[in-house]
Amino acid sequence: MERILSVDDLHISFDTYDGEVRAVRGVTFDLYKGETLAIVGESGSGKSVMSKSIMGLIPKPSGRVVKGTIKYQNRDITKISNKELRELRGSEISIIFQDPMTSLNPTMTINNQIMEGILVHQKITKKEAEKKVVSLLELVGITNAADRVKQYPHQFSGGMQQRVVIAMALACNPAILIADEPTTALDVTVQAQVLELLKDIQKKMDTSIIFITHDLGVVANIADRVAVMYAGKVVEIGKTDEVFYNPQHPYTKGLLAAMPDLTIDQEELKTIPGSPPNLLYPPPGDAFSLRNEHALKIDFLHDPPMFKVTETHSAATWLLHEKASKVTKEIEGKQRVKIATSDQIAKKEIGKEKLLEVKELKQHFKGGKNSVIKAVDGVSFDIYEGETFGLVGESGCGKSTTGRTLVRLYDATSGEVYFKGVDIHKKNVLNLNKDIQMIFQDPYSSLNPRWTVADIIAEGMDIHGLYTSKANRMEKVYELLKTVGLAEEHANRYPHEFSGGQRQRIGIARALAVDPKFIIADEPISALDVSIQAQITNLLKKLQKEKNLTYLFIAHDLSMVKYISDRVGVMYQGKLVEVADSDELYDNPLHPYTKSLLSAIPVPDPEVEKKRIRIPKGEWAIESEDCKLREITDGHWVACTEDELDSYRSKSEDTALLV
Amino acid sequence: MKVNEFELTDDLFEESGKEFEEKKIMNRPSSTFLKDSWIRLRKNKGAFTGLILIVLIMFLAAFGPYMNSHGFDEQDLTRTNLPPKVPVLENLPLLGLSGVDIRGTDQYAAKEVTEYYWFGTDDLGRDLWTRIWQGTRISLYIAFLAATLDLVIGVAYGSISAYYGGRIDNVMQRIIEVLMGIPNLIVVILLILILKPGILSITLAMVITGWVSMARIVRGQVLKLKGQEFVLASRTLGAKDKNLIWGHLIPNSLGPIIITTMFTIPSAIFTEAFLSFIGLGLQPPIASLGMIVNDGFKMLKIYPHMLMFSSVIISLIMISFNLLGDGLRDSFDPKMKK
Repeated sequence: MERILSVDDLHISFDTYDGEVRAVRGVTFDLYKGETLAIVGESGSGKSVMSKSIMGLIPKPSGRVVKGTIKYQNRDITKISNKELRELRGSEISIIFQDPMTSLNPTMTINNQIMEGILVHQKITKKEAEKKVVSLLELVGITNAADRVKQYPHQFSGGMQQRVVIAMALACNPAILIADEPTTALDVTVQAQVLELLKDIQKKMDTSIIFITHDLGVVANIADRVAVMYAGKVVEIGKTDEVFYNPQHPYTKGLLAAMPDLTIDQEELKTIPGSPPNLLYPPPGDAFSLRNEHALKIDFLHDPPMFKVTETHSAATWLLHEKASKVTKEIEGKQRVKIATSDQIAKKEIGKEKLLEVKELKQHFKGGKNSVIKAVDGVSFDIYEGETFGLVGESGCGKSTTGRTLVRLYDATSGEVYFKGVDIHKKNVLNLNKDIQMIFQDPYSSLNPRWTVADIIAEGMDIHGLYTSKANRMEKVYELLKTVGLAEEHANRYPHEFSGGQRQRIGIARALAVDPKFIIADEPISALDVSIQAQITNLLKKLQKEKNLTYLFIAHDLSMVKYISDRVGVMYQGKLVEVADSDELYDNPLHPYTKSLLSAIPVPDPEVEKKRIRIPKGEWAIESEDCKLREITDGHWVACTEDELDSYRSKSEDTALLV
Repeated sequence: MKVNEFELTDDLFEESGKEFEEKKIMNRPSSTFLKDSWIRLRKNKGAFTGLILIVLIMFLAAFGPYMNSHGFDEQDLTRTNLPPKVPVLENLPLLGLSGVDIRGTDQYAAKEVTEYYWFGTDDLGRDLWTRIWQGTRISLYIAFLAATLDLVIGVAYGSISAYYGGRIDNVMQRIIEVLMGIPNLIVVILLILILKPGILSITLAMVITGWVSMARIVRGQVLKLKGQEFVLASRTLGAKDKNLIWGHLIPNSLGPIIITTMFTIPSAIFTEAFLSFIGLGLQPPIASLGMIVNDGFKMLKIYPHMLMFSSVIISLIMISFNLLGDGLRDSFDPKMKK
């Protein structure tokens, strides 16, 4: 294969108030023609900075290339002039950013935006360029391209916008396409479409793609090769199969283990303790050693070089050194023992008592003149004591609004909600707030930056007067900190001193402070890194067991929902379309929407991904008056009309027979 | 880092057995938002100079008038229009502090005055040093007034308007628009029709309109903050409106609030000076920097010292508040820089 780009020992630093942040510390890799190289890593691992440097896009003056080269066509991108860089950008190398909303100019038509790049780099007339724009839009799968070119970005949906961005990036047939988390801001079904599009385009145009992501499922789906980055270094690189099925570096192993496996039941997710190091003070030796429970002594002293596993697969870990063969076996043995002992699942006891009953809940908002946004449009479900009820759906389907209405952040338009048999709209709000608590999505905005951790956690106790004295208050705060896995000395610190995972723990402690019975977790892990997600999920499970909590778990990440929930409800456009036990729902989805949603989740397993067939969103009678939740089999409810009911019943029986 | 093979002894390839511990070393001592801002402010030379100048000017405004024995309204026609003369410095040539006017005659000798007038005297023989610091007091009073109004009325109005939203917000914003629509000068003139021109009418005029821009800025901040998750979290805990506004919303708007205050102060000072200059402000014999400028400007060509000192002081006050405001903005919002 032809080598098209080679990065050699690249170091990039940022100068900040506190000192030099070494974001990239010696990255070496090659990119071949026509392949997709995925770069995976947690936030702060330097993957974005590294990829931007290929475009010469490091923010200056604070950022600089300390040493190393990026060779493209015998030219070193780190050293060429701005003029040459401009010629390169767009025509030879182009980039797709994460958020399509912000990467398009809202005041320019699609036509002009795409044409801009073409006219700069190619010597063709405006007429020809216009034709090219239309053909590009057709290439990325936009129907009616000739008419839609005159539209503005806001007239396109999120997925369509990302297609436009891709068309823009492809305008000059670039040799390299850098995709910086291009699907993170999109829903799973749209994500699946965009990934298919990228694969399709690559086949047609033979483009090399550098695909940056933190989602291992996406990697398994799209990548030919994978580079795993940690603390500014590539710790493992190889063919996708090699990295997924024969990971060498403990970090890669940890990441793969932290993903919940949809096919088997696990009591507890494997976690990687702690959080990535601060690159202001990069640790000596292997940066991962601090979080590695089987770290070798040498890991703390010396930086491991890249060891070759096969011709295409190499990893930077001392475990591959010839002298480590003995200890490697020991560690493997220990891990096997652990798996064997930990895999016994204790069946969870779920009470028979209904803790929460929601009946025909509607939440409408006024949107401008005369128009009404039906965020939640007639939702009914029950939650039993001690269970976890998962609520999934795409963005804008009303799942968060449902959660917020249940804690009375909004007053419901109509419908009834009973908590322990009492209508919450008649109950005293203060008492309600003690029983029902909420955990929020964004750990960065859910804590008041001006308050100390102790004050944040004690806020609920302050409001409800739940302590006898100041000392008693601090005692309770310390206890809560310990419950969520933080230390006493964290109490007097401010939120900005903590990492995302730690902040989420503080958020959980705050909710626990008033001793609630029922907790609504509104996407509590979607803003966190993979290794941290597992920590928080385990914590939530542990707390449920210890304090007999009931959860409403709202998320769009279906694999996590399956893992944590006992029952799952699927929402679509403000309505519940299917409710079932989580295993039942995943094994035997009945509603066409659920099917298409499930078929779109990328699984961190390359073999499965190769065989994946995506089911497009089917048609069903959601608008019909008669359409409501009907029980198909025991505990499995599907929204359907009377006519559809029988077909679902027979389908469900068919699958039951097959099993 | 290249490692030689012979350094890699066998015992290094054993498990370290170290347990993971949550990092105890938090590298920096705990520091609050205000402490951080203060550190950044001190690093900013311009802002720090501004701060020192403000302190110096405040000191002189407080004690300047008592530093010599002349009263601010003591007229004496035998010592009119004296140029500045300062002991010790009078011996230095070219400083213009020797009591010699621009035509080269020593006015002190000509008028047989033995006392020293540090900033000279005006056309009625009043001591300018005393009058200028007296005027600075007025300016600082205005500064204090503007800041208080901003902080009390502006912050309260803005946060209430944004927090309750809906119809309340709508009505309150229309009121602000009406106030913004009337030029300040007209408000002052109308007030003078009812009251006498003087400090009271200026104060009232500012009470009516001075806080409007602050109210708008606070409203914007609160609107932005009230949808944030920490505010929602507090609401789900059952916090009352009062707790939310004072505990969450206002503390997090503190940066913009302080910055806006620092920028309204110089413009308020200038407004007062301007009103006094055109004769709508304070009335004689009370001294105000604007009036002194007005007096001096009539005799600029013959006696430049009258205009010079007063305008230098006004400029210094305004520049130093602006510098400080600028530095505060950078220190409260480090992202704005660079």
